Amino acid sequence: MSDYLVPVKTYLLVFFGLLILTGLTTGVAFIDLGAEFNTIVALTIAVVKALLVILFFMHVKYSGGLTKMVIVAGFFFLALLIAFTLADELTRNWSPQVHGWSTLIAPLRIWF
Amino acid sequence: MADMAVHHAQPKEFQHQFEDMAQQRDAGTFGMWVFLVTEIMFFGGLFGAYIIYRSLYLPSFEIGSRLLKVDFGATNTVILIASSLTMALSIYAAHINKKNLQVLFLALTMLLGGIFLFLKFAFEWTADYHEHLIPGLGFIVRPEWGAAGSHVPMFFCFYFFMTGLHALHMIIGFVILAVLLVMAWRGRFHSEYYAPLESTGLYWHFVDIVWIFLFPLLYLIGGRYVIGGGH
Repeated sequence: MSDYLVPVKTYLLVFFGLLILTGLTTGVAFIDLGAEFNTIVALTIAVVKALLVILFFMHVKYSGGLTKMVIVAGFFFLALLIAFTLADELTRNWSPQVHGWSTLIAPLRIWF
Repeated sequence: MADMAVHHAQPKEFQHQFEDMAQQRDAGTFGMWVFLVTEIMFFGGLFGAYIIYRSLYLPSFEIGSRLLKVDFGATNTVILIASSLTMALSIYAAHINKKNLQVLFLALTMLLGGIFLFLKFAFEWTADYHEHLIPGLGFIVRPEWGAAGSHVPMFFCFYFFMTGLHALHMIIGFVILAVLLVMAWRGRFHSEYYAPLESTGLYWHFVDIVWIFLFPLLYLIGGRYVIGGGH
C-alpha cells in the first residue's frame, strides 16, 4: 500500500508540467479574455497544478483510501467555509430593504 | 505467540504497537495529513476572507494586484516548484539507500527555499516599502487611484498577511530541513525507514500548494492586461 517507488521520470514529468502551467498562467494574465474568464482560467490552472503536486509529489495517487478520504474531507470543509460565507454575503441585497415601521404607520398617525 | 517469528526481521526503528513497518508508515502519513487538513482550514480562513473582500472592493483589489511585482512572483513560483522536486527526490534517494544523494537533495531544497525567502524579503517587500505600499509603515494613498484608493490598503493587508504566513511556514520548514540534513548526514534514513523525510516532504509540498493558489489570487487576476497595468 505505501511501499511504492515513484520513478524519477514521473517526478520530472510532473515538474516540467508545473513549469509549463506556471508560464501559461502568467502569460494569460496579460491577455484580456473578457468578463470573468481571466479569473476562471487562472484558478483552473492553479487547481490542476495543486492536483499534480498532491497526486504525485505527495504520493496520494499511491496512498490508501483512508488518507484519500481525509484529504477529500479537508477540501470539502474548505468548500463549505467559502461557499456558505459567499452565499450569505452575496445574497444580502436580494430581499427588499426594510425602511422601518415609522414610515409604514405614518398614514395611521391620524388615529393616535 | 505463533506469529512472533514474523516480527523478528523488523528494522530497529519499528515501534512495537504496529503490526509491521508498512502499517507504521501508513499511520505516520495519515497523521501528517490530519495535521495538513487543519492547515488547509487555517489558510482557508484567510482565503475565504480574501474572496469576500475582493468581491466587495473589486476596483481597489485590482489596483493593489497590479502594483505587485509579478516577475518576482513568477520567479518564486518556479523556485518553489523546483524545491518540491528536490524534496521528492531526496525521499526517493532514501528509498534506494543513497545517502549522499539524500543529503544533496535536502541541501538543494534548503537552498531553493532560502532563495525564495531572500527574493521575497530583500527585493519584493523592500521595494514595496520604498513605494509606500506597506499599511502601517508609511502607506501613501495615491491620488490617481481615485475613490477606489480608500480600500487599497486593505488589499495590501491581505497580501502581507497571506504571504507573511506562507513565509513563516517556509522558515519553519527550513529549520526542520536543517535538522533532517544532519540526520541524513548521519545515515539515519534508509529504504526501510524515512518517515521524518516523508512527513516533512508532505509539509513542504503543502506550503508549495498554498503558494500555487496565492500567486494567481494576489498577482494575476487583477486585470494586468489593462494598458499601463503591468509592472
